[in-house]
Amino acid sequence: MSETSANAATPADAEDPILTVRDLRVFYGTPRGAARAVDRVSLTIRPGETLGVVGESGSGKSTLGRGILRLLPEGTGVDGEVLYKGQNLVKMTPDQLRRMRGPELGLIFQEPMTRLNPLLRIQEHFEEALKQHHPELKRDELRRRALAALGRTGIPPTRYRQYPHEFSGGMRQRIMIALALVLNPTLLIADEPTTALDVIVEAQIIRLLADLKKTTGTAVMLITHNLGIVAEACDRVAVMYGGKIVEEGDARSVFADPQHPYTQALLRSTISLETTELHTIPGAPPSLINPPQGCLFSPRCGHAMKVCARKAPAEQRLEDGRRVECWLHCPGAIPAGEEAPLERQEITVADEA
Amino acid sequence: MQTKPDTAPDAPAPDVPLVSVRNLKTWFEIRGGVLDRMLGRDAGTVKAVDDVTFDLARGEVLGLVGESGSGKSTLGRSLLGLVHATGGSASFEGQEVVGLDEPALRKLRSRMQMVFQDPHAALNPAMTIAQSVGHPLTIHGRLKGRDEIRAHVAKTLERVGLSPADTYMDKYPGDLSGGQKQRAVIARAIVLDPVLLVADEPVSMLDMSVRSKILKLMIDLKDQLGLTYLYITHDLASAKFFCDRIAILYLGKIVEIGEARALYAGPKHPYTEALLGAIPDPDPTRTIPRNLPRGEIPDAAKPPRGCAFHPRCPRAFAPCGWELRDLTPVLEARWAGMEEQAHLAERALIGEIPAEVMEGTTARLPAATPGGGADLLAMLERIRSEDPAEPFWTGIKEMRAEADHVAMEFHPALTPRLYAEGTTAAACHLLDPGLTHPRAAAAPVL
Repeated sequence: MSETSANAATPADAEDPILTVRDLRVFYGTPRGAARAVDRVSLTIRPGETLGVVGESGSGKSTLGRGILRLLPEGTGVDGEVLYKGQNLVKMTPDQLRRMRGPELGLIFQEPMTRLNPLLRIQEHFEEALKQHHPELKRDELRRRALAALGRTGIPPTRYRQYPHEFSGGMRQRIMIALALVLNPTLLIADEPTTALDVIVEAQIIRLLADLKKTTGTAVMLITHNLGIVAEACDRVAVMYGGKIVEEGDARSVFADPQHPYTQALLRSTISLETTELHTIPGAPPSLINPPQGCLFSPRCGHAMKVCARKAPAEQRLEDGRRVECWLHCPGAIPAGEEAPLERQEITVADEA
Repeated sequence: MQTKPDTAPDAPAPDVPLVSVRNLKTWFEIRGGVLDRMLGRDAGTVKAVDDVTFDLARGEVLGLVGESGSGKSTLGRSLLGLVHATGGSASFEGQEVVGLDEPALRKLRSRMQMVFQDPHAALNPAMTIAQSVGHPLTIHGRLKGRDEIRAHVAKTLERVGLSPADTYMDKYPGDLSGGQKQRAVIARAIVLDPVLLVADEPVSMLDMSVRSKILKLMIDLKDQLGLTYLYITHDLASAKFFCDRIAILYLGKIVEIGEARALYAGPKHPYTEALLGAIPDPDPTRTIPRNLPRGEIPDAAKPPRGCAFHPRCPRAFAPCGWELRDLTPVLEARWAGMEEQAHLAERALIGEIPAEVMEGTTARLPAATPGGGADLLAMLERIRSEDPAEPFWTGIKEMRAEADHVAMEFHPALTPRLYAEGTTAAACHLLDPGLTHPRAAAAPVL
């Protein structure tokens, strides 16, 4: 862990990232105007690292994952840079991208029930994926690779010729993970991979992902709403709010000592076995179409100052390598007189939900 | 935040529980194919709720906790008569619910209401909030006249925090956020002034920060209206905070029940312990243990013998109900980690493992080839010696090679009863002082 923080503190010394996202913006057209689902997001992922992207619904976390792979509905605007091995994915043609997805960039979705073709045997799923990207492989080799990937996720070879309906939910998600891993991707993007599963099976899958990370060296971007999963499985965490990353850093440090008021509020409002009192965050998430001026969290923030409602804070890098977008961390830059507490409008109870 | 007033102020007789459930059974017959029906073949029974007993005191919050398929929702619905129980008894305010006809049930339901899981599906998208929330008033003929109903609905909306009510009355569910919709669903549930709310995963579909708001609302309503809750959930963390007592369900049965604090402080059933250990916690100093139960909840149409949890239980032993088909997951786990050649060599010795529930205590494991019994036994002995801690082997009394199969003698399956200790009780053989666990010294009972 300390190594990670040291790397982040001196980026020049760090191992080169495999993925660098710079100022990525993703916007959807809606009848009421453009929704900025992802708004100037920058991040890096290094080889073998697990980055957790956490946020509530509408925070843009899933759109970020899909935006990186450009798996977005037609008509979605994408702007900025997604550099993978020196190439900018944003500028690639659909054909070039298709060749990248799978062997370079793997993806695991939320619902294992709906992602496997019910008419195809497990064997056929693997053969199709492998043939697509490695047409030179012989049958025996296809089979060997598929069974090895399945074995690593705990699926025995006896079930290679079965159909998806013959597997339980947890096993289907294991199969999905094996399907992504069989192509040896450098980076795996997992979007809520355990949300549809029961708690013990969820724990099994988290353990599996953690073990696989150690043995395969695949970097993982784990998108989730569950802070517990991030604490359990990730090296670093990026907290998203209103399409922006508000805090990013070593997962242990962020959870032990959150620096952004939103991260603090989110952790406090999460119900865990240690919860003895309920905490809530006043207000509702910001509109992505007409976002508030200044810091997006300022209307709900207990620490908000006058400057917060007027001007968005610049990103600050803290001593431990963490990034935070909050005026509290750059007091020197606040114009005179604007440190005064923000007079807040009354938030009605109903708006809160 | 008080969640446990001793008795609600209006309780007529505090000693009589509001809800009393005795040996309740809700069994579903599985409809087989046409051929099965023509031949009168029994396609099987799913015992969704099987012999469940508990009391719910006035003003109490009881959590029904379990994974999907545990029967927790069916139990809640059986209580309201939304599904018909097939045996046992469930009484509400002294009146028997099981076997009641629809008009009588309907009258009863104004006193007990349900809050559903998915607020996006629980409200009719074509009805305004005022229509949805006011609908029960019309159905039960509680109020007549549009204005009277609207006034009552407005009051109820204010009560659940949809305030000012005028801004929400004429909106459609599509205009509201998830949390607002759930508030409307709760408003509809309390509009008839019920005494019991059965809340089926009321916060599971909501965002983290909204969950605490809805739970807070439910606690406030309970205190203001003297409600009693049956809180159905898979989330042990919110149940710990919210409930006075907890019942843990597994495959239709209560495996552990008791006072919430004691149950969390010292889980007695290995399943409860596994559930508690599996919760991912934001606290970075807590991590998920390595020895998670394997597999998932089995097919309820063919439940395991003895204790239903035994095939997954890391601490199961001889009396727990081992049978031949439990060998399949043991072999699958072994084979998943093997080189293909080694796996094929083992596979070549073993015939088809029966998937059916075993009768009696003896079984035959067929060899793949005639005369292969001795080789098969040798392989089983080797597998056992390589992983002697595997609980499956504790269930076997004797293995003998016959010509074409291995004859296996199992220990008889015992169904555990609830053993009470202090303020909780668990259905686990580990708590039976008359049975000795083979590894008792190594794995002490909690």
